[in-house]
Amino acid sequence: MLNAILASHELLLGLAQALVAAALALGVALVARSRGIRLFSDTVISLVRGLTQMIAVGYIFVLLLRGPRWISPFVLAAMIVAAAATSSRRARGFPGAFRISLTAIFCGAGLVITVMTVLGAIDTAVSALIPVGSMLIANAMNANALALDRFRSEVDAHRGEIESALALGAAPGATVRDPMQNALRASLIPPIDNLRSLGIVWIPGLMAGMLLSKGSPVYASIYQFVVLAMILGSSGLTCMVSTWLMSQAAFSPAEQLVMRPAPVRAGAAGGRLGR
Amino acid sequence: MVEAFLRADRLTRAVPGKVIVDAVSFEVARAEVLGIFGPSGSGKSSLLRLINRLDEPSSGTVWLEGVDYRSIAPRELRRRVGMIMQRAYLFPGTVAENLRYGPLQHGEALDDARVSDLLAGVALGGYEERDAATLSGGEAQRVAIARALANNPQALLMDEPTSALDEEAKQQVERTIRSVVQQHQLTTLIVTHDSAQAQRLADRILLLRDGRVDNVGTPREVLHNAERNPR
Repeated sequence: MLNAILASHELLLGLAQALVAAALALGVALVARSRGIRLFSDTVISLVRGLTQMIAVGYIFVLLLRGPRWISPFVLAAMIVAAAATSSRRARGFPGAFRISLTAIFCGAGLVITVMTVLGAIDTAVSALIPVGSMLIANAMNANALALDRFRSEVDAHRGEIESALALGAAPGATVRDPMQNALRASLIPPIDNLRSLGIVWIPGLMAGMLLSKGSPVYASIYQFVVLAMILGSSGLTCMVSTWLMSQAAFSPAEQLVMRPAPVRAGAAGGRLGR
Repeated sequence: MVEAFLRADRLTRAVPGKVIVDAVSFEVARAEVLGIFGPSGSGKSSLLRLINRLDEPSSGTVWLEGVDYRSIAPRELRRRVGMIMQRAYLFPGTVAENLRYGPLQHGEALDDARVSDLLAGVALGGYEERDAATLSGGEAQRVAIARALANNPQALLMDEPTSALDEEAKQQVERTIRSVVQQHQLTTLIVTHDSAQAQRLADRILLLRDGRVDNVGTPREVLHNAERNPR
């Protein structure tokens, strides 16, 4: 229907489609609020931010595509800093959360992007490197946020066991081995599931792949696998680095557990007491 | 004069906006049981956590056999000064695996005979292969005591070890504490808010109020004074 009315006005069509999609998401947030799950303000902020950022990115991308190749590393570096800032917000109050996230995403996504570009799996053209690189960075960001969140909640839940182990003379790293493993496992479930269900449950960004491959649907499908495998690799590496750094930051030089419990969010008290 | 086994020297722990432990000094002789007594929120558990450096003092220190504990590696300090918490916090696995945990951290494998001896010492002979998750509260706390003893500590810190137990389990754990403290000649600091328990277990009592030492002496003196001068 929107296509028929606004066929000749591409920008207006896009905005109308965005409004319809946002209304659907807001409807879900409203239903969630009626059930005591307070996501409405987060949803509104995310939708407004997401749309504004995407419109800005659209215009910036038009300029970038005409730019020189050397601009890509700088754009990707800026994306890594923004990703680190976003995912570290998940762990507000965690000592050094931004530094941990920045180092982890830089090591994970940065290394995979570099190696795969050198090997030729990612084209060095701005139009290929930035979109593929951003996919790796965004997924590394999500995995890192999940790892931070999970590590912290695992340590909160097992504070007594961890301090008992410290009191028995255990090394700090040994006392948080389970939280580290659980955080890593939890953060890698989405990329593993994505890879497992690829082509059966979903066909992600296939059109983007087809555009990158300049046509062949078979190559596009294979390239989609390449992208998801790179996502798994970069997310895995990111989370390995971040969980290790978190395990270091959780303890003082005198081997005391200095990571304080996560602040209880408004409206979450019932859930916590109910555990 | 015999040198104290453990001497707290103006131990202080402050967090933003509050001094939890305020310049606390005391001495404990070898094999002595010192009860740390006081109302809720007086800083008893916080003080205990400073003794094995689970928390860092804001100022002050502890002298262990005349050595400043800041010069002792934290893991060695915690092996020498064991701790029993309010809850047992046993690790997943068997009772024997729990007992082997501490020695294993510095590469020592506890043999079966030693595991059996430790369990017999807390009246839990034959519990080696029991799943730690299936134990009652009192049994779990006695396993926690045996687990701490597996490190051959010179001192034990006990943070209200019977507060989460019913009366029968509490009596069993108290009997175990008396027996192991005597048998191993352990210097012991036991936090309690139960005056009867303090009298039963402690040689001397340190009364804490608002993070400060209010009185130190025999259980009779301190508790009698505390009853006459409540605040």
